[in-house]
Amino acid sequence: MRSRAKWFFLEAVRGQQMHNSLDINVHHLTRVEGHGNIVVNVNSGKIEKLQWQVPEAPRFFEAMVRGHSYQDIQTIVSRICGICSITHSLASTKTVESALGLKVSEQTDKLRILMHYSEQLQSHILHIGYLAAPDFFGVPSVVPLVARAGDVVKIIVKTHRIANEWSDLLAGRTTHPVTLIPGGLTRIPTEQQLRQLQQTLKDAIPDLKTIADVVLSIAGGIPNFERPTEYVSLKQTNPSAYTFYHGGITSTDSKGSVLPIEKWHDVANEYVVEQSTAKWTKWHRDSYAVGALARFNNNAELLSPTAKDVAKVFGLAKGCCNPYMNTIAQLVECVHVVETSIAMIDELLTKGLKDEKATSTPKAGKGAGCVEAPRGILFHEYEFDKNGNCTAADICIPTNQNHANIQKDFEKLVPEIIDEGQDAVRQKLEMLVRSYDPCISCSTHMLKVQFVR
Amino acid sequence: MDRPRVAIFDFACCEGCQLQIVNLEEELLELIDVLHVVEWREAMSEQSREYDIVIIEGSITRPEDEKRLEIIRTRAKTLIALGACATIGGVNKLKNNFNLADVKQCVYGKAANMPHLDTAPTKAVDEVVKVDYKIHGCPIDRKEFTYVIRCLLIGKRPEIPEYPVCVECKARGNPCLWDYGQVCLGPIIRAGCGARCPSSGFRCFGCRGYVDDPNINAAKDVIERYNLSVDALKGKMVLFGSGQGPTNA
Repeated sequence: MRSRAKWFFLEAVRGQQMHNSLDINVHHLTRVEGHGNIVVNVNSGKIEKLQWQVPEAPRFFEAMVRGHSYQDIQTIVSRICGICSITHSLASTKTVESALGLKVSEQTDKLRILMHYSEQLQSHILHIGYLAAPDFFGVPSVVPLVARAGDVVKIIVKTHRIANEWSDLLAGRTTHPVTLIPGGLTRIPTEQQLRQLQQTLKDAIPDLKTIADVVLSIAGGIPNFERPTEYVSLKQTNPSAYTFYHGGITSTDSKGSVLPIEKWHDVANEYVVEQSTAKWTKWHRDSYAVGALARFNNNAELLSPTAKDVAKVFGLAKGCCNPYMNTIAQLVECVHVVETSIAMIDELLTKGLKDEKATSTPKAGKGAGCVEAPRGILFHEYEFDKNGNCTAADICIPTNQNHANIQKDFEKLVPEIIDEGQDAVRQKLEMLVRSYDPCISCSTHMLKVQFVR
Repeated sequence: MDRPRVAIFDFACCEGCQLQIVNLEEELLELIDVLHVVEWREAMSEQSREYDIVIIEGSITRPEDEKRLEIIRTRAKTLIALGACATIGGVNKLKNNFNLADVKQCVYGKAANMPHLDTAPTKAVDEVVKVDYKIHGCPIDRKEFTYVIRCLLIGKRPEIPEYPVCVECKARGNPCLWDYGQVCLGPIIRAGCGARCPSSGFRCFGCRGYVDDPNINAAKDVIERYNLSVDALKGKMVLFGSGQGPTNA
C-alpha cells in the first residue's frame, strides 16, 4: 500500500510538471472479470497512444470441443465463464437442440428462462454492488463500504445470495449448471419450492428499491459523457417481450428489422486489428455495443411496470448513449427479471408441473443458438457428424463485441477530459471499462499483447 | 495473533472459483474479519508483495505465466491450488489432446501465425511450483473452502476425502445413474462434493479429479455390466482428466 501511495504521489507531481501530458498504464485492471490493460500516453496535449488491451491467456474452446459428444459440449463450454456459466450453458444447449432438430416443451422453456433470470440478477448485483459501487463511493473495494454503508452492503449481499439460491434450485448449482440436457432438464423444482421462490422474490422488490435509492443518491458520480453508437441485442416479437432468451437480432441502426440467429456472422463481422488484443466486431458503423443498455435501447417499452419506474427516476430513456449508464440499465433489469419471474411462476403453478422425460439421439447437423448474457448478446454455433460428435464450433462472446466500442469511447472521452489531470483521467477510463461489465475470461478469441512502457 | 495476509491470483480459467468465494455471501463478511486480504484483483484495487497464504486459481498455459507463478511462490508461505484448473488442469487440458498449431489455426484462422497467440501445453499448478493444499472441484465447494481456511487458521491439516463420489451418492439415497443409461464417473472420482451432480440427475464428469488409487478395473466391470464400450467411459474421463494416468490406462 505504501509503495502504491508513493507512486500516486510521484505521478501527481509529474502531472503538474508536464501540463497536458498523461502517462497512464493500468496493468491488469482490477474489479473486472479477466485481465485487461489501459494505456494512455499524451505528450504536450498530443495523444500518442491510447489503447484498451486484453492480455488474457487464450484457452481455445472452439478447438477443444471437437470430437466430443453433443451430450458433453455444455459441460465443456460452460467453463468459458464462471460469472455467466448458465448463459453459456443455455446458449450451448439451444445450439445443440437446433443442430439435432430437438424441440422442448413449454414447461422446459419457462423453467430455463426462470433459470436464466437468476443469473441475470446474480451477475448484475455482483457488478453494481461489488465491482462498480466502490467507484461511486471513491473506495478501492467493497470491503471499506462495510464500515461506511453497512446496511446497504448487507442488502446487496442478501440479494446476491437470493439470486444464487435461485440458480441453485433451477440449475442444480450456482455456477456451471447440471440440469440442462439436450431436449429438456434432468430435474425440475417442486411446486412448493417454486411457491417459496416466488415469495422470496416478492420480498426482494423492496430491497431492490432500497438499492436503487442508494445508487440514485450517488448517481452524481456518473460521468456526463455521450457518444452515439449502434446498440445490438435480441428482440422478440409475437408475442413481444423484453427478451434475454428468444427472438432475433436487432439494433438501433437496423430500422426495426430483425435478423434470424443463423445470420449472426452478418452482424458480428469479426476482424483482427493490429493494435487490438481481441477480435473486434462491427455492423452498420465502426463499432457497436451490447449489454443491458443495448437491450434497454431496443426494448425499453416492454419492461415490467416497476422497472419502468426505476428507469424514469434515473432519467434513463430510450436513445441513451452514455456508456456509464449501462450500470443503471442493469439495475432496471434486476427489477424487471424479478417482477417478470413472479408472474412466470404463477403461470407455471396454474398449469401444474409435469414430470417430462428428455430423450435425444445423435444425428448429423449444424445449428446456431443465441441468448443474452448479462453483459450482452452471445452466439454459439456447432456442427455434428452422424454419431453426434462435434466437428466444428464457433462462439462469439459479448465482451469481444464491446472491445471496439470501448476503444472508440476512449478516443472521444480522453480529449474531452484531458485537462482534468492524470488521476481523474485514469479513474474515468477505469470506470468506463467497468461500466461495460466486461467478462474477459470468455477468451475464446483473445490475443496476447506486447506492452509498451 | 496477527491476521494472516492472504492474496488471490488467477491464471487461465473462468474465475468461477473466485466467484464461489464471493458467493459465501454473509460468511465472506465474517471471513474478512479474520483474514487480511491484501490482493484480489477481481474484487479489490489494492496490491501487495508479501503473503502468508496465496490462493492460485487457473491453469498455467504460457511460459511467462510460469515465471509469474514462480515469483508469487517465493513470496508465499503457504500456497493453495483453488479449483480444477489449478489442481488437475481441468477442461484446459483438453487442449493437450491436440496439436497446438492445429488448435491455433482452428480458432484464429488466418491470424494464427501471429506470435502472441502462442501457448504451451496446459499445466496444473503443482506441475510448476510446490502446492501445499488443494481445494478440488469445478467450481469449488464453498463449505470445503471455508473448512480448509479454518484448518489453516488453527494450524490443523485439512482432511480431504480419499473415497469415491459413489460413497456420498449412496449415502444420499440417490438411484444409480448407470441404471438410467448415463456414463457416470462416480466410482473413480474423489468425493467431497456431496455427490451434487448425480443428486440433480446429472452424471459425475470428474471435476474433482481421480480418487487416490482409482479402481479402474471396477469401472470397466460396470461398463461391461451395462453393455457399454470402454470408449464411452474414456469420452467422459477425458473431460476433466485429460493427460492423467487413469485416462491413458
